[in-house]
Amino acid sequence: MTTTVHNSKGTATPGLLGRLLSSGTHQRLLAFTSLIILLVVFSVASPHFMQTSNIIAILQATSVNGVLAVAATLVIITGGIDLSVGTLMTFTAVIAGVVLTFAGMPLPLGIAAAIAAGVFCGFCSGSFIAKMKIPPFIATLGMMLILKGLSLVISGTRPIYFNNTPGFDQISRGSLIGDLLPALPIPNGVLILFLVALAASYVLRRTVLGRYTFALGSNEEAVRLSGVNTDRWKIAVYALAGGICGIAGILIASRLNSAQPALGMGYELEAIAAVVIGGTSLSGGKGTILGTLIGALIMAVLTNGLRVLSVAQEWQTVVTGAIIILAVYADMARRKKS
Amino acid sequence: MTLLVEMKGIEKRFPGVHALKGIHFDLHEGEVHALMGENGAGKSTLMKVLSGIYQPDGGEFRLRGEAVQLLGPRAAQAQGIGIIHQELSLMNDLTVAQNVFIGREPRRSFGRLDDAQLNRQTADIFARMNLQLDPEAIVGELTIAKQQMIEIAKALSFRSRILIMDEPTAALNDAEVRELFTIIRQLRAEGVGIVYISHKMDEIKQIADRVTVMRDGEYVATVQAADTPLSQIIAMMVGREVRQQVASIPAQQPTEVVLEVQGLQRGREIRDVSFSVRKGEILGFAGLMGAGRTEVARAIFGADPLEAGEIRVHGQPCQIRSPHDAVRAGIGYLSEDRKRFGLATGMDVRANIAMTSIDKFASRLGTLDEHGMQHTAQNYIQQLGIRTPSDEQQVALLSGGNQQKVVIAKWLLRDCDVLIFDEPTRGIDVGAKAEIYTLLEALAAQGRAVIVISSELPEVMRLSHRIAVMCEGRLTGVLPGGAATTQEQIMALATQRETVMHQAGEQ
Repeated sequence: MTTTVHNSKGTATPGLLGRLLSSGTHQRLLAFTSLIILLVVFSVASPHFMQTSNIIAILQATSVNGVLAVAATLVIITGGIDLSVGTLMTFTAVIAGVVLTFAGMPLPLGIAAAIAAGVFCGFCSGSFIAKMKIPPFIATLGMMLILKGLSLVISGTRPIYFNNTPGFDQISRGSLIGDLLPALPIPNGVLILFLVALAASYVLRRTVLGRYTFALGSNEEAVRLSGVNTDRWKIAVYALAGGICGIAGILIASRLNSAQPALGMGYELEAIAAVVIGGTSLSGGKGTILGTLIGALIMAVLTNGLRVLSVAQEWQTVVTGAIIILAVYADMARRKKS
Repeated sequence: MTLLVEMKGIEKRFPGVHALKGIHFDLHEGEVHALMGENGAGKSTLMKVLSGIYQPDGGEFRLRGEAVQLLGPRAAQAQGIGIIHQELSLMNDLTVAQNVFIGREPRRSFGRLDDAQLNRQTADIFARMNLQLDPEAIVGELTIAKQQMIEIAKALSFRSRILIMDEPTAALNDAEVRELFTIIRQLRAEGVGIVYISHKMDEIKQIADRVTVMRDGEYVATVQAADTPLSQIIAMMVGREVRQQVASIPAQQPTEVVLEVQGLQRGREIRDVSFSVRKGEILGFAGLMGAGRTEVARAIFGADPLEAGEIRVHGQPCQIRSPHDAVRAGIGYLSEDRKRFGLATGMDVRANIAMTSIDKFASRLGTLDEHGMQHTAQNYIQQLGIRTPSDEQQVALLSGGNQQKVVIAKWLLRDCDVLIFDEPTRGIDVGAKAEIYTLLEALAAQGRAVIVISSELPEVMRLSHRIAVMCEGRLTGVLPGGAATTQEQIMALATQRETVMHQAGEQ
């Protein structure tokens, strides 16, 4: 459990220093420091890196992976894993394509359909895990393949374009903030990521669902023996994560102005990597949305920075892998000490 | 007869615990020496000294007349000491022979395995034991009794002359016990010395030559098994000095029956158990380890399934399929294993206290009233005297007694009519124990029905208005609480195996 920085007055909370040294904060500090170091190194190494257009590109690149990582964070805090977030994103994009392009329905219906499809698929994964007692890894691996196949089947293996839905591409590419403050042309995709993260963080800290999310990961059997209907809450977490994947589906479809049915595989691993770099424990019970956001940013900065420095794409992948191992090693070393 | 083991005045201390206080124990060639005592008497610690896992802090330890120091289990193995633990440590997917020779597989050149040799050597050991068993059978497909034989064969393959068996019959049925005893007699005839740990009285009479009794880490006596009555052994095990602690239990006014269970049944673990608890009553559950008390409690609470039986709360039949149902029916269960089953140790005190009652702090949209939870948690911290710097302290960082109080606070907040405490004072120091006792008595006085499962007889006798005793999944009797009941009476019921009853009839 993390302590809020803005706490009510008069409570017996440890001081600021104590909180900074507490484990969750420590990991976030570690990740945050790494992010700053990366930014400094890249901006010294290349004059192009710190340009506004490049920063916007980094943020834009973070948005989809960030939203998926938020979904993965929820599931991972319960002690589970969701390998289907990537193909679920694609599946929901295809559903949006079916509703908007094939059926020609209005935009809000398409968005609603994508999110509903995500919730439904998450509900299915959760049910396989909670009711049929299939390990999360297997259940969501199966789901990943099912959704990949279904996306191809439904779309007829061809991309679905959203040319008939005016404004669809603006969901991700437009900039509401830029309209108001021309100096800050932050794309809507980033704004949406921010809102999703804020909402997820609120759910985790302030709601029953969030409390049980941490409790399930901390000690599921103890929670069950407390008389909590653990199955139901677990399914709810997967369903919520599915819904968030639906939002990611809309984002990526909007960015590409099309639903690409072959896309999606591999996104789940990037999302999980961001979660892990952000200090969320794969064994459950610990984690923060802020950490995950920083993790997603680190991944995006790395990819972008290495590209700006003209490092070959093959080597970018190698570096990313090494960073993941380093991040988790740092986490383990810290845990051992405490 | 040669003396294999000679232990004199063995001492062992752990931080805060004097586990072995001058223990004497010896073992001859070709004898079965039973080691008896209640849970926590120090039997396992002594056997860990004998098998090299612990080093003694004092005393003499001789093997075949020579003073030795066993530094680790491998050294003990080299000295021909084999131990068969209560929990078998076999790899279920490997064959019998692969298990026996794990880590020592016969090899051919270039590290290739010699399976023929492996199976032949295993078959030789089985032949010596007079055991009909296929070396190539998969272990997981065999009965527990056969698996036990494999452990014995494994010990013998190290040329063990000293064999320690820790409750080897705990999971065996009567036919399997006979099978095991045949092997034990055969080994004895070959001159192997066997240390036999068991809670089952009738077995001692059947198999042991001598009996050593331990109590609270102290040596009580060593007697010949043949000419010592069981009642005397029981008396030695329980001792007498604890009896003054028994509080005078006020006579119960006949009040409403809150919980009534009829004919609970599940396999061999729970066999036709029926009882009831009244409002304001503390019903103690006594019995040895594995008697089925926890199983009964978990089944009533819906944590494990039942095959048959009826549960009534306030006279209404209840369908309890999960702990969720049980809590709704007003039943709370505090597990014996707080860390595994009672607490989310990574979370803070506040979240743990609110765990069962979170709906009380949730708005219709599911948002939490953090202030309400904080207020409630702080109230309980004060009321129960939980020693914690704040309600945001991680539960893992509290002491055992304070963790237990957090679990109790959780259930007090839920306001259950029936509370089942499973070993409420396990791993808790003496001072905190007294506080827990006071709390349990206060709960009963408030009109709740309280069930206390405890392996410590003095605890059961101190708290209970009535004492239910279990043995091997059966409820063997319900005794009145207070001074009217002696420890011997309870122990007699707790060791009342079906075979004992038959034998007692014959004698």
